[in-house]
Amino acid sequence: MNCVALPILIPLVLMIMQIFFRRKIFSQWLGISGSLLLLLSTFYLFGQVTKHGILTLNVGGWPAPYGITLVIDYLSILMLVISAVIIFCISIYAVSFLKTTGEKQRFYIAFYALILGLNGAFITGDVFNLYVWFEVMLISSFVLITLGSSREQLSGGIKYLSLNLIGSLLFLAGIGLLFGKTGTLNMAQLAEILREDDSAILLNTSAMLFFVAFGIKAAIFPLFFWLPASYHTPNITITSLFAGLLTKVGVYTMIRFFTLFFVQDQPFWHNLLLTLAGLTMFIGGSAAIAQYEIRKILSYHIISQIGYMVMGLGIFTPLGLAGGIFFTLHNMIAKTNTFLVSGMVFKLKGNYHLKNIGGLVKESPLLAVLFIIPAFALAGVPPLSGFFAKFILIKAGFEDGHYFVTAVAVFTGLLTLYSMIKIWNEAFLKKSPEDPSHEKDKIKLSLLEVLPSILLGLISLGMGIFASSVFGYTMEAANQLINPSIYIETVLYNQ
Amino acid sequence: MEVLIAILVGFLYAAGVYMILRRSIVKFIIGIILLSNATNLLVFLSAGLTAGSPAFLSDQVSSQQEFSDPLPQALVLTAVVIGLGIVVFTIALKYKFFEVTGADDLDQLKPTDNQK
Repeated sequence: MNCVALPILIPLVLMIMQIFFRRKIFSQWLGISGSLLLLLSTFYLFGQVTKHGILTLNVGGWPAPYGITLVIDYLSILMLVISAVIIFCISIYAVSFLKTTGEKQRFYIAFYALILGLNGAFITGDVFNLYVWFEVMLISSFVLITLGSSREQLSGGIKYLSLNLIGSLLFLAGIGLLFGKTGTLNMAQLAEILREDDSAILLNTSAMLFFVAFGIKAAIFPLFFWLPASYHTPNITITSLFAGLLTKVGVYTMIRFFTLFFVQDQPFWHNLLLTLAGLTMFIGGSAAIAQYEIRKILSYHIISQIGYMVMGLGIFTPLGLAGGIFFTLHNMIAKTNTFLVSGMVFKLKGNYHLKNIGGLVKESPLLAVLFIIPAFALAGVPPLSGFFAKFILIKAGFEDGHYFVTAVAVFTGLLTLYSMIKIWNEAFLKKSPEDPSHEKDKIKLSLLEVLPSILLGLISLGMGIFASSVFGYTMEAANQLINPSIYIETVLYNQ
Repeated sequence: MEVLIAILVGFLYAAGVYMILRRSIVKFIIGIILLSNATNLLVFLSAGLTAGSPAFLSDQVSSQQEFSDPLPQALVLTAVVIGLGIVVFTIALKYKFFEVTGADDLDQLKPTDNQK
C-alpha cells in the first residue's frame, strides 16, 4: 500500500475533527493522540524509505509531469520525522499551557492546519503545489500569532504578515517566470530540462526571486527583521512551534531548489550563499548579546543558526550538505526545547526579562538540567548533537577551502555559548531579585510541561551519542541531493 | 497585446511598491492588493497569451499552435483565490488592530522592536 500521502492526510482529518468536536478534554486528547499517530506514520515511512529508496505518489493518478507528484526522499523523511517529534512534544506541552487562555479550540484547528501545510511542503514534488502549501502554512501561522489579540500580538502579527506576504508574492512571480521559460512546474522535469540548459542569465531572474522569497521565510540576512519583531509576542507554545519548524521550511526549500535545478551559475550562487550565511550567523549572534529578554535572545539565535544551515548549502560538497542537514535537524530539536524551557521559567517567575528573575537553580534543579541540555547543544558542547553538527560543517568548510566563513562559524559558536551562559547566570545562578520575605505560593511544574522537554533533551543527547548513524542518514540524503539523477529517474520514469 | 500587459504589470508593481512604503496600514494593504494582482498578471503573461483557441486538444485541432495552455490559467485562478483569502485576513487583522489601539500608522508598531 502506498502511504506517501499519510503525513498530509492525518493532519487534515484531525483538523476537520477538531472543528466538529468541541469538548475541551476531547480536543486535547485528540490533539495528543493524533500527533502520536502522525509520529508513528513518519517512522513507518522512514522504514519504507530506507528499504525501497525514494517513494512517489501521483495524486489523482495523473502521470508524473502532468499531475502533482508527492515525493519522499531521505531529506524529506528526515525533516518529517524530526518535525513530527516536535509536533508531538508541543501537543503535550500545549495542554497545560493553554489552560490559562480560552483559545484551545482555535489553537488546535490552526495548529493542525499549520502541520498540514508544513508536511505538504516537505513532500511535494511540484513547485506550484509547494506555493499552495506555503500559503496554507502562512495563513494558519497568521491565525496562531495573533491568537490572543493583545496589542503586542497584533502589532507583531502585522509585521510578520506584511513581510511574509511580500515573500509569497515574490515566490509566485518566480513561479510565473520559471513556467514561462520551461513550460513545466514538476521539480523532477525542471531538473531534467534545466540541467541540460546553461543559459544562466535568464534563469537567474527567477532563481533570485525564489531565493529572496525563501530567504524571507528562513530569516537570513538582510531579510530577517520580521522575526525578532514578532516571535516573542504570542503564547510560548506557539513561539516554540514556530521556532522549531517555520524558518526551517525556508531552509529546506532552499536546499531542494538549489541542489535540484538551480545549479547553472554555481560560483555566483555559492559565493552569495556563503557570504550571506556568514553575515547571518554573525549578525544574529551579536544582536542576541545585546538583549535581556529570554525570548528575544533565543529569537536572534534562530537567525544566527539559520546561517549555519545556509553555509552547508553554500559549501555544496556532500559533506557540507550533510553537515547542513544534520545542523537543521539538531537545531529544530534544541531550539524548540529552549523555548519550552523559557516558557517554564515564565511560569515559575512570571517574567521573561533576565534582570527580573534569578535563583532558579535552587528553586527547580530539574529545570536547570532541562535548560543546560539544549543550551549546550546549541552552543556545540560535546557530546551533545550540536557539537557534531558544527564539527561536520567546519570540517567540510576547511576541506573545501572556505576559511573565512568557517572562521566566522567558529566565532559565532563562541557568541552562542556566551548568550547561553548569560541566560544561565542570570536566570539560574544569580540570586532572585524578588524580596524573599513575602514568598508567593510555590508554583509547581506539571508533568505535562516537563515531559516534552525531557523527551527533546534525550533526543538531543541521543543525536550526539549516536551521531555516526544520524550522520549516515544525512550523508545518504546529501548524496541523493548531489546526484539527482535517481530522483529524476524515480519520479519521471519509474511509476 | 503582450506589450500592453507587460507595461500594465510594471505599472502595477510600481504603484504597489509605492503604496507599501506608505505609513498608513490601509494604504499598505492596498499596496499588497496591487502587488498580488500584478503578480497574477505576470504569471498569466509569462506563459504566453493566445486568443480565440480552445484550451484542450481535440480531433479538430491538429497543431500545438492552435490551442492555449490551460495550466497558467489554472495557476492564476488558484493564486487569485489565495490572494483574496489573504487580503480578507489582512483587513480583518487591521480592523482588530484599529479596535485595540485606534492607530493607523506603521510608526506606532515600534514597541515590539525596541523593548529590551
